[in-house]
Amino acid sequence: MKNFLDTPLFGILLSIAAFEVGISINKKTKLAVCNAFLISILLIIGCLTWFHISLQSFNIGGDMISFLLGPATVILAVPIYKQIALLKANLLPVFVGITTGCVTAITSIIGLSKLFKLQGTICASLVPKSVTTPIGIEVSKEIGGIPAITVAAIIITGVVGAVFAPIVCKVFHIKNKVAVGIAIGASSHAIGTTKALDLGETEGAMSGLTIGIAGLITVFLAPILTKWLG
Amino acid sequence: MKLLRQMGIVLGICLLGGFLQRVLKLPIPGNVLGMLILLGGLCSGLIKLEMIAEVSDFLLDHLAFFFIPAGVGIIACLGLLRGKWLAVLGVCFITTVLIMAVTGHAIQWMQRSRKR
Repeated sequence: MKNFLDTPLFGILLSIAAFEVGISINKKTKLAVCNAFLISILLIIGCLTWFHISLQSFNIGGDMISFLLGPATVILAVPIYKQIALLKANLLPVFVGITTGCVTAITSIIGLSKLFKLQGTICASLVPKSVTTPIGIEVSKEIGGIPAITVAAIIITGVVGAVFAPIVCKVFHIKNKVAVGIAIGASSHAIGTTKALDLGETEGAMSGLTIGIAGLITVFLAPILTKWLG
Repeated sequence: MKLLRQMGIVLGICLLGGFLQRVLKLPIPGNVLGMLILLGGLCSGLIKLEMIAEVSDFLLDHLAFFFIPAGVGIIACLGLLRGKWLAVLGVCFITTVLIMAVTGHAIQWMQRSRKR
């Protein structure tokens, strides 16, 4: 009976429908916690479990969507290129700041995972959680993590960053606009950047520029640091 | 034909990235290598932004959509994560605040010492 679902159409249509609902809920509530992606994931998982549909059936179409992650990663060069003048003007703070952020991210994630007794695979899945999802997935595969856990951690991190960025900047006296932008971009990627854009034009532009570069630096640092500390 | 040609360019770069990664045995994922190739192409003027503009807008505007299946895959990991959710949330929360504070301070400190 369920064989009629074994077509790519099922996974693709369910994803589009869930994403549509997620976006409209996000627009209506305007809350960072009501993240469109998070809502769509929960809707799809709910639907699959409720109707006892296997992940395999969903993935016939799902894999076709995932295929586009490749070109989507490559295209991240475009936003960096569009901000290249800003990058050149702030070369030193951008590179030193983002490298500091990436090293802090990787070491603190490994340290805390050990403290909380999370085993190797979960720890490796969390390591790239502060970078943009397409790059995070690639890094996760590279260092022996599970991409699905990485994706969940990345979204949670982004929501935390977007919600708490103004408070964190206030409590820790981060006032410089360039510093605020890079700090948000390096800790909570694109979801955090939506908040940075609210804070101001410079903050938003710096945060946006940081997303791709933090991803690149993490690609280089994550395998080395996890080997040393793991 | 325009969109197809633009997609062709981007997919070609993906293929080139994957190819270089395998041949040179680099520890960098092929798609990230592709991103560097595209950035180099754009900066050198070899690739013009107009040559990929529409496909680029399509991919960037719907970025979150493309990792929905990867996210749904979490249902296969629920057993592994049983009893670990609080720890995972804790790591996500604490490190995000820490990274933000450390990065912000590093830049402010650098800007101040440069002015002197």
